[in-house]
Amino acid sequence: MNNAFILSNYQSKHMNTREKILEAVLKNQPAATALPDITMFKGDSAGLVERYMAIFATIGGAVHLVETLEEVKELLAKNFDSSRRIVTTLPELAGMAELISVAVDPHRYEDTELAIIRGDFCVAENGAVWLTEDLMGQRIIPYICQHLAVIINAEAIVPTLHEAYDRIGTGDFGFSGFIGGPSKTADIEQALVLGAHGPLTMTVFIMK
Amino acid sequence: MKQTKTKDHASLAEAFIKDEERVDWHDGALWFIRQKRDIASKQIPEWEQLREAASTIKSNVISNLHDYLLQFEANLTRNGVTVHWAADADEHNAIVYSILKAKEITQMVKSKSMLTEECQLNEYLEERGIEVINSDLGEYIQQIDKEPPSHIVLPCIHKRKEEIGELFHEHLGTEKGMSDPTQLTRVARKHLRNVFLTRRGALTGVNFAVAETGEYVVCTNEGNADMGAHLSEVQIASMGLEKLIPQKKHLSIFLRLLARSATGQPITIYSSHYKKPRPGQEMHLILVDAGRTRQLGRVDFRDSLKCIKCGSCMNTCPVYRKSGGLSYHNTISGPIGAILAPNLDMKKHADLPYASTLCGSCSNVCPVKINIHGQLYKWRQEIVKEGYAANTKALGMKAMAWTLSSPGNFTSAGNAGRWFMHNIPFVVNNRFNPWYKQRDMPEGPKESFAAWYARNEKKE
Repeated sequence: MNNAFILSNYQSKHMNTREKILEAVLKNQPAATALPDITMFKGDSAGLVERYMAIFATIGGAVHLVETLEEVKELLAKNFDSSRRIVTTLPELAGMAELISVAVDPHRYEDTELAIIRGDFCVAENGAVWLTEDLMGQRIIPYICQHLAVIINAEAIVPTLHEAYDRIGTGDFGFSGFIGGPSKTADIEQALVLGAHGPLTMTVFIMK
Repeated sequence: MKQTKTKDHASLAEAFIKDEERVDWHDGALWFIRQKRDIASKQIPEWEQLREAASTIKSNVISNLHDYLLQFEANLTRNGVTVHWAADADEHNAIVYSILKAKEITQMVKSKSMLTEECQLNEYLEERGIEVINSDLGEYIQQIDKEPPSHIVLPCIHKRKEEIGELFHEHLGTEKGMSDPTQLTRVARKHLRNVFLTRRGALTGVNFAVAETGEYVVCTNEGNADMGAHLSEVQIASMGLEKLIPQKKHLSIFLRLLARSATGQPITIYSSHYKKPRPGQEMHLILVDAGRTRQLGRVDFRDSLKCIKCGSCMNTCPVYRKSGGLSYHNTISGPIGAILAPNLDMKKHADLPYASTLCGSCSNVCPVKINIHGQLYKWRQEIVKEGYAANTKALGMKAMAWTLSSPGNFTSAGNAGRWFMHNIPFVVNNRFNPWYKQRDMPEGPKESFAAWYARNEKKE
């Protein structure tokens, strides 16, 4: 048997299942119904900064309203151990942190104490920050660090997830996601523990 | 697995309710989550419209599933993801095995996936020399205790912290008697971090798959799906066909509903959108049927495919809260499990639609408005029609039909019942009467309402 035969044999078995499933779906699905109009779902755009800050605190995050990167640096220096590994995607922070390289094996960031990155925007109703892989430096960064700090422009706060997805559009990112606070679990007797597998803390800086 | 699959819900629940203190605690813990869901949902004035929109979108999905599957497949392929189709659990497991084998991977880390639990993937791979570790804390605890999850969102909700402490002592070498949730979580974090860093293969479940873009969304609170996926050479996602949604903007509806319904959180901590492999990585997605196309063809039950696996029907169910998830002897327990399971094996799961009071609380909290209690009632009829109802139930129904068929029968039966309860109560208060187990029988009234009415009418 040559490879082409083995391959076509595999494909035909594989195609079989695919065809069978699709055929069963077509046979069993009910008459088509329409999608609903969801354009009426909108949030209130008043007081977004205050609302975001209030909700982010309730989900266990720390949030600061700042005016300059200098303030960010001071707060980070005060709250985190600068003798340990700090990484960033911001060239302006090169003095206090190492720049994340896209070329490095992601496992090499295992000992990251603090990661400082920019977020695209955040959502007032739930505290979540929207991050795309270009802003993360590497996909693993916001998950593997012990502590995560994200800088957001004060104008980049939307009321609800509806405005969030309007803004995202169909955006072509290999990986992206919302992060809404430090990792957490309540799997043991419903007792809330911050710091499950991802960061122990998350700090958001809202830049005016 | 420790659990015997031959026992029915009632006998498994009987074992669970022997420990009254545990039942009260379990009941209270789940009701607390239901209350958090209420608080979260009431902060959204348009909550009911969101449920309606979600339900309508899912109706559109199940009525156009064929085309959405084709669109999703084409977009995945364009994004560089390899697509596989599996008719059943065996085919799914064989696909996962072949992907790992091609890369000579012998250890895999898995995030929460009820589908792979349903397929018994871990057991299949272990028999073939591949070690799998569940990384969700609750699922990890269940795995080391060799038990299936008892709740789809809170896999070890039935366990006390002291029992978990004992498991950690045995498996992770913690100090005997350590039971503080924070300390235990820290130990697991350290242990599982080493797992994430050393596994070349990672498998995740899928919460929502977007036909329009070919991406899929995985929601966790712990960050375990991302730790596994972004450190892996080979990333596999397993999903049931029903997880599709048409467009990316529809995520706004479902992500607003999911966490609020599940735990009362405004959103899960991580909502990760996976679309393309990172350079040097392989991504595979397995589309699994395993009974879903059959359920699609059942007119009365196809709406069960709308489920987004939030677990709110379990948290609110008086039967689930007091009998525990393991008594349902099915991966998905509670009210939704009881309408999904009979489709998989009607005979084996004939007892589950009866594990309900039909109070309707499940349907009231369901974020996609599945008529869960209506379907439970329909399944009972189906099961009796197909001849799978237990004998005692069939007999009981016949006796009830006779009693209610004429006023004379009803009056004599009532008189007999009251006479027995007053004069020889041990005839009903004994272990042969299932209503007497873990309950006291009420004291019977002296006379029937009809007799009381006749007597009082004469007085006037």
